[in-house]
Amino acid sequence: MHELAITQSMFDLVLEQAKKAGAKKVGKINLVIGEMTGVVGDCVQFYFDFISQGTLAEGAALSFVMVPPTARCRGCDKTFELREFDWVCPYCQGNNMEIIAGKELFVESIEVE
Amino acid sequence: MEIKVLKDILSANEQMAERNRQLLDSKGVFAVNLMSSPGAGKTSLILETIKRLKGKTRIGVIEGDVSSSLDAEAIGKEGVPVIQINTGGECHLDANMAYSALSNVPLQDIELLLIENVGNLICPAEFALGEHKKVLVSSVPEGDDKPFKYPLMFHKADAVLINKIDLLPYLKFDTQAFSQAVRRINERVEIFQISCATSQGIGQWVSWLLTQMSRRQS
Repeated sequence: MHELAITQSMFDLVLEQAKKAGAKKVGKINLVIGEMTGVVGDCVQFYFDFISQGTLAEGAALSFVMVPPTARCRGCDKTFELREFDWVCPYCQGNNMEIIAGKELFVESIEVE
Repeated sequence: MEIKVLKDILSANEQMAERNRQLLDSKGVFAVNLMSSPGAGKTSLILETIKRLKGKTRIGVIEGDVSSSLDAEAIGKEGVPVIQINTGGECHLDANMAYSALSNVPLQDIELLLIENVGNLICPAEFALGEHKKVLVSSVPEGDDKPFKYPLMFHKADAVLINKIDLLPYLKFDTQAFSQAVRRINERVEIFQISCATSQGIGQWVSWLLTQMSRRQS
């Protein structure tokens, strides 16, 4: 549901960077999205196609690297993917953990002409 | 040509939130962002908090809703300044909306600002408003599996309130399992069991709130 606001912010950021580089066209946008954010790639694409009409980012391909929620066990120091309804360390069955990935929401790079 | 960007998509919102925080700090106002699913009891909690702090702490309220001013009217009856934001379809408040509302809040007359976000467990988690603390209101009828379904919201909260505990005898809700799940992904969180219907636990919540305020001001 929050994809429109997120896509608009992403679009603004991309356009600012592209203009700074003197680009004529943005060909591709590489995004990194943590799964915990609940951001849906198809939804971002849909809004992006709409928002970017008539700009130098029109028609740009969006590439998504989705990062699964990952935790580090404070007991045994191992890292593992957090699965639904299973918030226990699979190595030591500990339940004290730190979330180390899965909250990302950034533009990694853009490819411009 | 590839250009490395490595920039947070919501950095513009973060910057604006920081500006809001500076404004609040300059006026000595402590702000709390109240989040929950629809119907968990954010407005009831605000009303209970106002009653409990009447004559002790000067409170202001920002009410975020997709539409209507029903909540603002209920709060206005308590005699505290209240500003309504209608997001007109947006599912969360953002720092820019909060900034517009702040210019209408009499900041010099208040010490505590309660911001009621739009009822939603997903989107508000991403958008900082400039608040000092994030508080998540959960409630017994929602079920005890919510931390697993909306981990980001539970991860980011400074305090989680379990509201409607007067309904515990009638519904299947394991407060211990719920609290354990929340603590697994959020070690430093405070958890309070409350009922806005019976006022149970409101004292502990308010005392935590006052402690946070005095820590911030000192």
